[in-house]
Amino acid sequence: MPQNAHLALTVNGEPTEVAFAPYKTLLEVLREDLNLCGTKHGCELGECGACAVLLDGHPVLSCLVLGVDCAGRDVLTVEGLVADGRLHPLQETFADLGAAQCGYCTPGFLVTAKALLDEHANPSREEIKEALSGCLCRCTGYQQIFEAVEAAVVAGSAKASNTRSAKAPAGRSIP
Amino acid sequence: MNIIGTPRRRVDGRAKVTGQTRFADDVMLPRMAHCKLLRSTMPHARIRRIDVSRALAHPGVYLALTGRDFPTTYGILPVSQDEHALAVDHVRFVGDPVAAIIARDELTAFEALDLVDVDYEPLRTFGDPADSLAYPEPRIHDYGDAGNIHKIVSLQFGDIDQAFADADEVFEDTFFYQGNTHLPIEQHAAVAAKDPDGKLVLWSSTQTPHYVHRALARALDMPAAHIRVIATPNGGGFGGKSDPFNHEVVISRAALILDRPVKICLTREEVFYCHRGRHPVLMQFKTGVKRDGTITGLHVRTLLDGGAYGSYGVASTFYTGALQTVTYHIPTYHFQGCRVFTNKPPCGPKRGHGTPQSRFGQEIQLDKIAEKLTIDPAELRLRIVERPDTLTANYLRVGTIGLADCIRRVTRAADWGNKHGKLPAGRGVGLACSSYLSGAGLPIYWNDMPHSGVQLKLDRSGGVAVFCGATEIGQGSDDVLVGCVAEVLGIPPLDIRAVTGDTDLTPVDLGSYSSRVTLMMGNAAIQAAERARDLLADAVSKKLGVPKDRLVFADGRVFDTENGSVGISFAEAVCLAEAMFGTIGTTGSYTPPRSAAKFKGGGVGPSPTYSYSAAIVEVEVDPSTGWVHVPRVWIAHDIGRSLNPTLVRGQVEGSVYMALGEALMEEQTFRRLPPRLSHALVHKFPSMLEYKSPTTLDMPEVFTELVENPDPRGPFGAKEVGQGPLLPVMPAVANAVYDAIGVRIDEVPITPEKIVKALDAKAAGKAPRYGPARFPDIDWPAPLHVPPPWEGGDGKAVIAPNAERPERPAAERHASAAERHPSPAGDRS
Repeated sequence: MPQNAHLALTVNGEPTEVAFAPYKTLLEVLREDLNLCGTKHGCELGECGACAVLLDGHPVLSCLVLGVDCAGRDVLTVEGLVADGRLHPLQETFADLGAAQCGYCTPGFLVTAKALLDEHANPSREEIKEALSGCLCRCTGYQQIFEAVEAAVVAGSAKASNTRSAKAPAGRSIP
Repeated sequence: MNIIGTPRRRVDGRAKVTGQTRFADDVMLPRMAHCKLLRSTMPHARIRRIDVSRALAHPGVYLALTGRDFPTTYGILPVSQDEHALAVDHVRFVGDPVAAIIARDELTAFEALDLVDVDYEPLRTFGDPADSLAYPEPRIHDYGDAGNIHKIVSLQFGDIDQAFADADEVFEDTFFYQGNTHLPIEQHAAVAAKDPDGKLVLWSSTQTPHYVHRALARALDMPAAHIRVIATPNGGGFGGKSDPFNHEVVISRAALILDRPVKICLTREEVFYCHRGRHPVLMQFKTGVKRDGTITGLHVRTLLDGGAYGSYGVASTFYTGALQTVTYHIPTYHFQGCRVFTNKPPCGPKRGHGTPQSRFGQEIQLDKIAEKLTIDPAELRLRIVERPDTLTANYLRVGTIGLADCIRRVTRAADWGNKHGKLPAGRGVGLACSSYLSGAGLPIYWNDMPHSGVQLKLDRSGGVAVFCGATEIGQGSDDVLVGCVAEVLGIPPLDIRAVTGDTDLTPVDLGSYSSRVTLMMGNAAIQAAERARDLLADAVSKKLGVPKDRLVFADGRVFDTENGSVGISFAEAVCLAEAMFGTIGTTGSYTPPRSAAKFKGGGVGPSPTYSYSAAIVEVEVDPSTGWVHVPRVWIAHDIGRSLNPTLVRGQVEGSVYMALGEALMEEQTFRRLPPRLSHALVHKFPSMLEYKSPTTLDMPEVFTELVENPDPRGPFGAKEVGQGPLLPVMPAVANAVYDAIGVRIDEVPITPEKIVKALDAKAAGKAPRYGPARFPDIDWPAPLHVPPPWEGGDGKAVIAPNAERPERPAAERHASAAERHPSPAGDRS
């Protein structure tokens, strides 16, 4: 058995040190060594997008990234979307508008959509489709996902006035 | 209604968007070992010898298991207990598990797989149903109706020859529906452990924990009371996690032997080989019609490529012939179905289970009939829609039917009248309809017990816990369960905790299949909640001095409907009831009505009620490349009543999505490796990259219309929505392609290659069509004659008019008596 790699990185804003077998992918390090099971896997071959995380702000497929390549870098997973005990607007709208059915692909969609919104404050439907085209969902038919991203844009821009999930109909939100 | 019918966040919504839903592979336990399965590299072979000694010597390997450790067979249907957890001496497809390695980690287990020595003696490989029909030997299984025929059936309801003689036109068409697979994003995973009492616990991504529970008791020869199966929320199911699986049995035994937790997670390639998906079906439709479109009789023949094991196949076979009569009025009906074994991954239930294939054939043929009779395809269907409150020719009791409304709604929304036959060349619209069960009327194993049970526990705090064996596979069953209880008790859904899919803690629900959960679990939940409400009402009535029938449960209060200020909180009501009656717990259960069918085979098809759908698909076809683009789909679904419209819409759109994949690109197909590379029969593309499924860029706009006409048999009037809306889409695509470019593609997937071939055929003056040429000759058994209700039938089979005794299946005569095994008792299908 090869010697463990030992490195320091930032995970969801926290400086983190981790030791792991050097052949492990970032996906495996997150799930198995950091107990961050929110990131999922559907193929481990870079085909489905379920394992997407943000690496220095950009979406990557964590099953194709080696853990040892992440020293000193900044990783954001679905667990890091909640800030100050509050769901990210995308999380609110995904939950409210049916964008998560089985929920297995959802973490990958959420972080990929976050990267999109971080770059484009108000993306068109076509831009949303393009940005999410690497993530497969077998449940929803994608339409409610597109709508949730669009609603999060509205909610995000309304955030200043402290209105959450403005476009989301009904449903109580739990912080 | 405060909760029912209002769009709202599902109760498990927060868990799903925070990554906190605990799927099977997220279960991590101390001292957990990891399992990998060695799978057969041969499509059909005897195992001469298997030696795990080198693997056992590999550092870090804890245990190696082979077929010798699993002498008892199991299987989902009582009539097909044909699976070993690990093959004993016979492998039947590439991917059949032959050995298991349990090691300290996954990588070590992987490495040790290479150290297992297996000596195979190859047998003839059956790659195609035609081979299985032609060669009874060697048999893939030593049971079944004959040779390599698993099941062959013939049912006749009325005089079909007379029906065709009475017709003005008789249409005969052949169709092929290629197999495809579920492709849930979550790979199957499971963890087994010995609990502190020494009993077995299995966490698994299964849709049917109750059936897994039974299979484990049998396969492990253990008392069922010492086994606990916990269905973790499934990361997508679609039918693919409905069988008890090899890996569940293997890790259970391993955990018991090792006395430590054992986990397995299948690779994506293994998921493709586990399959249990859509059967490839070749079919023939012969339909007699009057000039006005009225159907005089229908004769359907289906040939199913079953793959290597029984799975749900007997039911699948009957399902290819069950629901045609539920959709349209068919006074005389003849069904012949045949399922053969082949050396490919076993087929089973995928969304729509056995019905999409024949739905595809019937709806395309209706399009052809409409054209020949010069009747608009929508108008034709409106004329022949089955009548409400009908007992069909094959004894299916149909209640409410919203199909005519669906057709009207969808044609209006799509502006059908101005589009069909009127769009520019290369563009077209197609229409198709369908019906589906709201739950199978019979359980998989024969018993008289309820199909779904619910228990309620009311807490002094006002919190309510609801327990049910139903399994959350993404469809929202937890939300339906909580929603029904919340509505009856008048409390917020989030005050209710759902405990589901745990055979130790929850009463039996048969599982998330056959679109049964909303109707059956929902009714059980309402019954349990009404019983609890009744107890609370007694106590509150006494306390407030308000007659019981004036009390209302709403907004977390119990109050006088004539004076809202007279009332108490729900929590106080629970306390009063607890003081009066003791601890408050109630139960509810649901058993479907008895089936009217009394003939063998009549167990498949009955349902408490049926849902209906109609879809219009618009296509743009590039005649030079054959590329089909779908810009828009309109779909109307008869849901009875929509419990949570957000979830209902998701089921409809998700069905349309999956259907478009089946219609245009998805196929589970196989190839022979070159002889120098073993000549094995392998999956063409067992990866998510090459197995094409629609992405965000392929998905059209979907316009959903819900037809709400509450059905008295459904909870708050609800019918199913998880499967039905998939069914009309595939034939609607085919009909739209014909409208666009004038060629018939009589099979799925409708690929560019097939379109170009059909256009070439048209240009060459041949039949403008791509599809199977003919249905093979099959030695059908003498039909079981069941006179339809309008001929005085009582649902029982009668001796055929011209036969002195019922013949045994003709095909059976091919098999030598020595090979035939008595069929196991309890064939309910």
